[in-house]
Amino acid sequence: MRAVAGQDKSFGPDEKMGKDSLVKIEAVCPSKMELAEAREKLSQAKNGPQYWRCLEELAQTDGFFEMLHREFPRQASIWPADGSRRNFLKLMSASMALAGLSACVKIPEQPIVPYVRQPNEVVLGNPLFFASAMPFGAYASPVLVESHEGRPTKIEGNPEHPAGLGGSDVFMQASILDMYDPDRSQNINYLGALRTWSDYVVALKSALNVQNAVQGAGLRILSGPTSSPTLATLMDQVQTTFPQSKWIQWEPVNRDNVRAGSIMAFGEYVEARYNLEKAEIILSLDGDFLSSGFPGFLYYARQFAARRNPELKEKMARFYSVQGTPTNTSGKADHHLPVRACEVEQVARAIAAGLGAGGGSGANLKPEYQKFVSAVVKDLQAHKGAAVVIPGDNQPPAVHALAHAMNSALGAHGNTVFFTETVQVKPQDQTAELKQLVSDMNAGKVDLLIVMGANPVYDAPADFGFADAMDKVPLRIQHGLYQDETYDHVHWHINGTHYLEQWGDVRAIDGTASIIQPLIAPLYDGKSEYEFIFALVGSPQTSGYEILRNYWQGQMKGGDFETAWRKALNDGFIANTASPAKTVSAKGGNIAPTNTISPEVMEVIFRRDPLIYDGSRANNAWLQETPKPIMNLCWDNAVLMSPNQAKHSGLVTGDIVEIDVNGRKVSGPIWPQPGHPDNSITVFLGYGRTKAGRVGTDIGFSAYKLRSSDAPWYAETKITKTGSGFGFAHPQGFQYIDFSDLPPGKSDDLYGRNVIRKATLEDFMKNPDFAHEGVEAPSPEMTLYYNYQYTELKWGMTIDLNSCVGCKTCIVACQAENNIPVVGKEQTMRGRQMQWLRVDVYYEGGTENPAMYYQPVPCMQCENAPCEVVCPVGATVHSTEGLNDMVYNRCVGTRYCSNNCPYKVRRFNFLLWNDWSTPQYKMMRNPEVSVRSRGVMEKCTYCIQRIAEGRITAEREGNRKLRDGEVITACQQACPAGAIVFGDLNDPNSRVSKIKAQQRNYNLLDDLNTRPRTSYLAAVQNPNPELSESS
Amino acid sequence: MAQIFHRSANTIARLSIIGVVIVVSLLLAAALEIQRSPYATYQDVAQAQPVPFSHQHHNAGDGIDCRYCHTSVENSSFAGIPPTKTCMNCHSQIWTNAPMLEPVRESFRTGNSLMWTRVDYLPDFVYFNHSIHINKGVGCVSCHGQVDKMPLTFAANSLQMEWCLNCHRAPERFLRPRDQVFNMQYVQPSSDNKIAFEGVEYTDQIALGNALKRSYKVRTVEDITSCSTCHR
Repeated sequence: MRAVAGQDKSFGPDEKMGKDSLVKIEAVCPSKMELAEAREKLSQAKNGPQYWRCLEELAQTDGFFEMLHREFPRQASIWPADGSRRNFLKLMSASMALAGLSACVKIPEQPIVPYVRQPNEVVLGNPLFFASAMPFGAYASPVLVESHEGRPTKIEGNPEHPAGLGGSDVFMQASILDMYDPDRSQNINYLGALRTWSDYVVALKSALNVQNAVQGAGLRILSGPTSSPTLATLMDQVQTTFPQSKWIQWEPVNRDNVRAGSIMAFGEYVEARYNLEKAEIILSLDGDFLSSGFPGFLYYARQFAARRNPELKEKMARFYSVQGTPTNTSGKADHHLPVRACEVEQVARAIAAGLGAGGGSGANLKPEYQKFVSAVVKDLQAHKGAAVVIPGDNQPPAVHALAHAMNSALGAHGNTVFFTETVQVKPQDQTAELKQLVSDMNAGKVDLLIVMGANPVYDAPADFGFADAMDKVPLRIQHGLYQDETYDHVHWHINGTHYLEQWGDVRAIDGTASIIQPLIAPLYDGKSEYEFIFALVGSPQTSGYEILRNYWQGQMKGGDFETAWRKALNDGFIANTASPAKTVSAKGGNIAPTNTISPEVMEVIFRRDPLIYDGSRANNAWLQETPKPIMNLCWDNAVLMSPNQAKHSGLVTGDIVEIDVNGRKVSGPIWPQPGHPDNSITVFLGYGRTKAGRVGTDIGFSAYKLRSSDAPWYAETKITKTGSGFGFAHPQGFQYIDFSDLPPGKSDDLYGRNVIRKATLEDFMKNPDFAHEGVEAPSPEMTLYYNYQYTELKWGMTIDLNSCVGCKTCIVACQAENNIPVVGKEQTMRGRQMQWLRVDVYYEGGTENPAMYYQPVPCMQCENAPCEVVCPVGATVHSTEGLNDMVYNRCVGTRYCSNNCPYKVRRFNFLLWNDWSTPQYKMMRNPEVSVRSRGVMEKCTYCIQRIAEGRITAEREGNRKLRDGEVITACQQACPAGAIVFGDLNDPNSRVSKIKAQQRNYNLLDDLNTRPRTSYLAAVQNPNPELSESS
Repeated sequence: MAQIFHRSANTIARLSIIGVVIVVSLLLAAALEIQRSPYATYQDVAQAQPVPFSHQHHNAGDGIDCRYCHTSVENSSFAGIPPTKTCMNCHSQIWTNAPMLEPVRESFRTGNSLMWTRVDYLPDFVYFNHSIHINKGVGCVSCHGQVDKMPLTFAANSLQMEWCLNCHRAPERFLRPRDQVFNMQYVQPSSDNKIAFEGVEYTDQIALGNALKRSYKVRTVEDITSCSTCHR
């Protein structure tokens, strides 16, 4: 609540620090940015920097140079107490003594607890994998869950599922932490007093008896949208029993616009799906299809990456993007046009007009967009049948209708675009339905409100006054995973089950019915949505399994049900349930323009957070700490605006502004984001939770307080500065390994090291070896390091900069696989973040519309490893397979290795960050990886536990050779785009060897002759020659 | 000002310096000894168990193979600890009323697990894998001792790293043919005790060990003493 205007509360950086905070944390680069200078530099194109990572770098502040040469920012190694000599000696002697003693601790006696009856399929010590599905919004994300003796520990994509292709997104990877979240609701209660399920059933039945008499006229069920076939029939049963009752679906990040646009174009709601493999030209109208959470993301990321491979025979696809807030999708574009969100429609109209797809004249188009529009129109027309237009969920229905018209005019239907029945059950205009519910509640028409899996008190449009209306309902029941904001307004609370604890079903975007099966008994005895709804119409003791099985027994007729059912459980989906393609017919007619915002007035864009989503994931510390795609902020939301805008408004990073939308006010700190359009600001939804749990409560500000039902995605606003000095956690500002601009007279080792290499497709065709030109790489013999021989296995990895979409799934996957702790905002500000893998973003060009490159950087596993030679205790040593082994039990924490690592990929446990006491977290950890303690260095191991497992399995199976692809790292497995490839370099036929033989392959900092095993494939872009001079 | 210390204090000072050195060395030596002693390693310590299970009786007496109970030893990192059901396979037929076995019956009746106390301890940062050792011809006895002579089970070795390395640095000294891995009575080859392997009779352990290493493709000493072989 603290971000609400009018509340007199400081909003400084200290506020976010714990009480035991030792020193004030300064920004990475403490001096003020001189943006004017930065801009000037950029305008002198020849002398300006080629690539840059943050604005401080552009401004070339002193702080930036200081930071460059510190392994950790200056606050990282602050003394905990006053640094007197006496204290120093005391601490030293005490730590010497304790260090000695700690090695002599006796292992405590431990029990061994066997099964009473061991399940047949369990082999103690070996994990089992179960196919299941994660419901996300209305859609299924197909998962494969690793289970160790009944404890789920890791989520992967299900490679056999037709809608998954084995990839995963951040939400799938992080969902394991949600299940073990100790803040989940653990009981059933009535106004806070503990009750049992049978108490609840008694209360429910008496309320339902009253409803029976009036045919359920006072009954309202509010839930998130679903595609579950079983839940749909349960809802039908409720409707039959209580014909006057209503089912309202609400999610704040909904697809109302998609639905309305489809109805506008075709008269019915159909799901538009894209086949990017056939696309040569992709135009995105705010369509954030490379962002985790976009329906179909797993498909599109893989297809997009495949089409962007310059080595392919077919021509590499070209990607245009028109978008407001820059995202990792727009960063992949060959040509990106940053426009205000409200202007996307006029650009769309102009392009549609050019294509002869209706859309009016396009006369209102800003002249500066004209060049882009005509080039796009020409290019689209030249690729009829192989072009596709993808509109974004945030854009008004008219943009969707225009996109449908354009796709139709481009002959995309049946080629790059096809339509299926939507999988969502009873799709409705969610905002209108919710509005109706509020007015019904206000009018006293609602006697019994059931809220299931929704949090409307937090996320309903601000103009509805949902909480007040809800309080007028005589009986309010909530079913959910958390005792959240809505919990404060209900009588009954029933704790729900996580998808890993329940039976259920859900459809993937392609329609494939996927089975949700429990991996563990409910931790807190929760009830699933199925059991909860079934209690309204049937026996309250019926288990979720019976409900589900009965439903499918009715569906899977003919043949042996038991066999078919077992197969479905094994596969995680029911074969041949995908929706068939549908033919649609355009309705024609004019597409009425949406109200726009006058160019003089500032607009505020509301966007779902890329990682916290709509706020429902706010208590997930992995997602909070993962740097957000592109901006690389973590632990906060911000008021994003263009650096130009900030300069004109006299604002610098961390200034607090009050955002005023129609009299509703919220304040938040500003973050200048390169690539953001001017006269526009973006706020991410999902923050400012007041009852999220220990992680998510009271961080950031709630943009829902500004969002009204008539302007859910962008609105007019004005901003006023009210304060300054907010400190952001911005890991992108640390761990620099390169910068490409230097003030005259200064010299620097880190200057101009070519970590990003790229070319246009044209140049690549002419000169495929561009990645090695002008780069001096010493011969491998020129070294003093010991020349290791790798006779058996020789592990290596390649990361394709062209395929990487910057979604950050690899980071979360690595965190889950390797028991990496979370450090919190304060520690991140000190540069102590622990994630082994980071994804650096390099901008190229000016701050108005820079090109972007994403570079995931794990440990390079150097053959000539600078870290190994400096360790005084031999805690990091070379393995026979070429890995830089990290031996935690030897490490004494000198940090020399990290100091000597040119790639800055080592992470040090400054404090005890792993939670060793919470029982839930103990269950969650990967038993194959050590849980590190304080004072120990750690880093990427190439998932040594997976290598060991693969090697042992192969040797056990008759000493056969490891097959290529048998050992894959967690990041590789998680990557939806397939950008990461890992394997044996001694095998010339392995995928990784073949990729390394490509000319695009290059090493990072190869002038150092570290001979890294991880290498990169240079980026290739496919710009339109007509536009390439300007951008 | 008078002298505070008498001249003899010099001698005392010298002696005490020597004394301090001796005492500190003794303390360190004692710490090292304690660290290697059964007190810390549990070597040779028979733990109290809910049922005084005798490996001697079941293995040597009844002739039950190791793998009857430790089912996953060939396929998993963990050898497996038998579920109560395994005990009851026999003990629902024999000794059905023995008071000593009441905890087993109770566990089977109530569904609550028996709580055994571990005898072989490894630190958490060590990732030992049974299956690979079995497959490379390391006998159970090599690590666990003559379990068939243990009425009460105890750890026969310290399982400390220096002890592990005895073998990892020279596996040929301990390997045996795979079909002898579970044989508790196996004796290493000598001139009186010839061991045949792949058609050759060996009288010398090192020769046999080297042959086994080749045949079983035991990785090189450099490989199996790489830190990440056991630590991750």
